[in-house]
Amino acid sequence: MREIRAEAVTEAVAALCVRANRELPSDVLARLRAARGAETWETAQGLLDLLLENAEIARAEGMPICQDTGTAVVFADVGQEVHILGDFEAAVHAGVAKGYTEGLLRKSIVADPLRRVNTGDNTPAVIHTRLVPGDRLTLTVAPKGCGSENMSRLRMLTPAQGAAGVKDFVLETVRLAGANPCPPMVLGVGIGGNFEGVAELAKRALLLPLDGRSEDPFYAAMEAELLEAVNGTGIGPQGFGGKTTCLSVRILTAPTHIAGLPVAVNVSCHVTRHATAAL
Amino acid sequence: MEIKLQTPLTEERVRALRAGDRVLLSGVVYTARDAAHLRMLECLQKGEPLPFDLAGQVIYYAGPTPTPPGRPIGAIGPTTSTRMDAATPALLARGLRGMIGKGGRSPEVVDAMKRHGAVYFAAVGGAAALMARCVTACEVIAWDDLGPESVKRLTLRDLPLIVAIDAEGGDAFEQGQAAYLRACKV
Repeated sequence: MREIRAEAVTEAVAALCVRANRELPSDVLARLRAARGAETWETAQGLLDLLLENAEIARAEGMPICQDTGTAVVFADVGQEVHILGDFEAAVHAGVAKGYTEGLLRKSIVADPLRRVNTGDNTPAVIHTRLVPGDRLTLTVAPKGCGSENMSRLRMLTPAQGAAGVKDFVLETVRLAGANPCPPMVLGVGIGGNFEGVAELAKRALLLPLDGRSEDPFYAAMEAELLEAVNGTGIGPQGFGGKTTCLSVRILTAPTHIAGLPVAVNVSCHVTRHATAAL
Repeated sequence: MEIKLQTPLTEERVRALRAGDRVLLSGVVYTARDAAHLRMLECLQKGEPLPFDLAGQVIYYAGPTPTPPGRPIGAIGPTTSTRMDAATPALLARGLRGMIGKGGRSPEVVDAMKRHGAVYFAAVGGAAALMARCVTACEVIAWDDLGPESVKRLTLRDLPLIVAIDAEGGDAFEQGQAAYLRACKV
C-alpha cells in the first residue's frame, strides 16, 4: 500500500489547472498547424494564423489561451494499492480553488443552476474517478469551455438506425452548432453503454490524441469518414467558411443493451485542453 | 483593407458597413453577458436607469479572466452571442449601435438591427491572450457581485473584428460558407 497525502493531490491539481489553461497540448498545436497548411480559403488562413499566434502568446506570457477557463473536469485513475491520507474529493476541489485563484483563471461556476450565484473559486470540480490496478494516482485536468459544451448533444437511437444513424446525428450536431463552438472544433463521440455512460465516453474521447485513430479499424474508418464529412460542411474557422471546421473526431464505444443505441457528441473547440500528472 | 472605427458609432457610419468587412475598433465599449442582460431588462421593466447610456454604444459579450498585476486586463474574448438574443431588441430600440460576440444571431435580432441601424461584429473566439493586447483600460462600472459577468468599461485600441451581420441583414457566415463551397465546386 502506497500512501499519498491529500495535500499532494491539491498541489498537483492546482498546477494542472494552470498549465492546462496556458499551454495548448502539442497534438492540438500540430493539428492546427497542419490545418493551416492545408487550408485553401484566405479568411480561414488568416484566422488559423491568429489562433496559432494566440497559443504562442499564452504560453510565452503565462496568459490563459481562452478567457473561458472552463469547468474543471478532473479524471482520477486511482491505483488499488494507493492509500490517500485525507479527503480525496475535498483535496481535488481545494486544488481547483487554488489553481484558479492563484493562476488568475476565470471563476465560471455558479452554485445553483437556477439561482446562479458564483462560487468565487471555480469549485466544485466535476470528478470522474476510476479504480485501476497498481500503486499510482493519475490525475488529468481538462478545463471545458461552455460555448462548445452548450452545443453538445445526446440521443438514444434505435439499433436499426445503426452506423448511418450515428453519422447523421454527429453531422446534425455540427450543423446546429455552426459558428457557435469556436470552430475549428474537436468532436468526442460516445457510442453505446447507457444514458449516463455514453456522455462520459464522449467526454473521455476528447482526451484522446487528436492525431490518433481508434484501434478498431471499423471505428477508425468512421472517425476518418466523419472528419471528412464535417470538414465538407464549409463552416470553417469561426464559421466564416473554409476547409477547417474540425481538427479531429475521436470515438469511444461501450457494450450496450439489445434495445439501445445511445450516442453522445461532446463538442469541443480549438482550445481542447488537458494536462496530466502521475503521483 | 481594414476599416478603422472609433466608438461611439453613428447610425450613418454603421449603415455603411458591409458583412465581411474587416474592422479595427478603438474607443470605449461595455462588457455584458447573460446575467447583466437579465439585470438590464429588469431595469428597463422597472423604469430604472441602465449602468450606461446605450446611445451609440457597443456591447462586448465577454467576461475576462482576472487582471494580472501590471496589466490593464486579463485574457478576453467573445462568448456565444445567441444567448443574449432575447434581450437584444429592447437594447437596440434604446440606441445600442453595435455588439461584439461570436456565432450567429436570431432573426428577431437581425430585424431589430435593420430597423434601428446597428452592426454585429465577430471577434475571434478563443484568441483571448492575443486580443487582451487590444484593451488599454478596464474598469468595473456595475454589478460587481456578478464577478466575471459584471459590467465593465473597456478602452480598446484596434481590436480586430469582422462585420458578421450588417445593418442590411447581410450575413458574413452565410456568405463566407456559400462562397467557399462554390469555390470548391469550380
